[in-house]
Amino acid sequence: MLTKRLIPCLDVRAGKVTKGVKFRGNVDIGDPVEFARMYYEEGADELVFYDITASNEGRGIMIEVVRAVAEAIYIPFSVGGGLRTLEDMRAVLLAGAEKVSVDSGAVRHPEIISQGARAFGSQCIVLSMQVQRAPVTEKIPSGWEICIDGGRTRTGLDALEWARRGEGLGAGELCVNSIDQDGTRAGYDIPLTRAMAEAVGIPVIASGGGGSAQHVYDVCTDGKADAAILASIIHRREMTIPDLKKELAGMGLPMRMNW
Amino acid sequence: MIAIVDYRAGNLTSVLRAVRHLGHEAEITDDPQKIRAAERVIFPGVGAAGETMSNLRKLALDGVLRDDVFRAGKPMLGICIGVQVIFERSEENDAECLGLLPGEVRRFPARAGLKVPQIGWNSVRQARPHPIMQGVPDQAEFYFVNSYYPAPARSEMVFGVTEYGREFASVVASVNLVATQFHLEKSGQVGLRMLDNFCRWNGKPC
Repeated sequence: MLTKRLIPCLDVRAGKVTKGVKFRGNVDIGDPVEFARMYYEEGADELVFYDITASNEGRGIMIEVVRAVAEAIYIPFSVGGGLRTLEDMRAVLLAGAEKVSVDSGAVRHPEIISQGARAFGSQCIVLSMQVQRAPVTEKIPSGWEICIDGGRTRTGLDALEWARRGEGLGAGELCVNSIDQDGTRAGYDIPLTRAMAEAVGIPVIASGGGGSAQHVYDVCTDGKADAAILASIIHRREMTIPDLKKELAGMGLPMRMNW
Repeated sequence: MIAIVDYRAGNLTSVLRAVRHLGHEAEITDDPQKIRAAERVIFPGVGAAGETMSNLRKLALDGVLRDDVFRAGKPMLGICIGVQVIFERSEENDAECLGLLPGEVRRFPARAGLKVPQIGWNSVRQARPHPIMQGVPDQAEFYFVNSYYPAPARSEMVFGVTEYGREFASVVASVNLVATQFHLEKSGQVGLRMLDNFCRWNGKPC
């Protein structure tokens, strides 16, 4: 049976792992390669790296990080943040990432999704989206709006419509980040994740708000997610991946237990 | 020396990195001479069947893989698209494939609740023992990314079975050829164990 994936997410700024709350205020918490190795050995099913350095200088540092991570771990990992062109994507894939994740860049230039899918295959392209509740209007019938630029800018795009469009353009997976839940540890956004999973036929990764095994269980059952992103609770070692997996397997959620 | 066949697709460097990490010498190459001279051959990667076959023909590697690797008895490992092009044909692009083994490759059926492609970790039931699965726990999970699955014509070629909407052959083998639908190079310790087993295998079925 296909298992549900637990995916640690590492925000990387200038070569260091950092963690912020509600997309504001970041503190450096360690070396990305060390984090990657630790989570790999603890049984993480996949890793996600977001490069939150916006500068070109940062880009070069990130490629070095990707290369070092690829030498250290033998599970899939994706890299996102600031990828704007096919060449940006090619560079991280050649450095050893399994997948690339596009977000604000894809909202501005949706054709990056189809170009990437054509060049590298849909399985390589994760469409990541930052979603925030909004009043229901004609333009935003679902009541969920796409935001960009670290959640700072509202776009007026309906999140479900954008998800369907992204799938049509060739995205292979969706990563749904709830701005309302991010950093709160109060649980994933179940209605949002479920609406996304029902809107598309590709796997959905839930992100934002994960603080306990129960939260992961809920979003993978009621929320119909295929995978869940974990960040602060595991980075701060308040819970570990093996503990979470044991608890989730005990609750009946299919988990990879051999690693 | 292990030759990793370069057919202009897929993420070949991840296989190279894993093989080198295990302490074996390997090289990515499209040179028929080097492939003929190699001790063993890995045919990895992601891609579509039609494009993979047309690249192999353009590079004149289809005959090399058939005659100088498979029929010559060299240990040969196919991964992902590599388990698909060894059959006679694939529903993907309606492609005629290498035909090393009898059988074909089919698409997962479109139906509610079954996402295609399959992406993630799925378990492999070991249907019969094979040297490359030595030391690997039965029902261990491996990393899959596939929309199509191999359907060998003969059940004695099925060594591993996985369930995704239906049961399909996730490990197939015949004499000196073994192939997996999942990515050994991205499947953590159990994947590395199988890859290492292959790098030490003499090409005899048991």
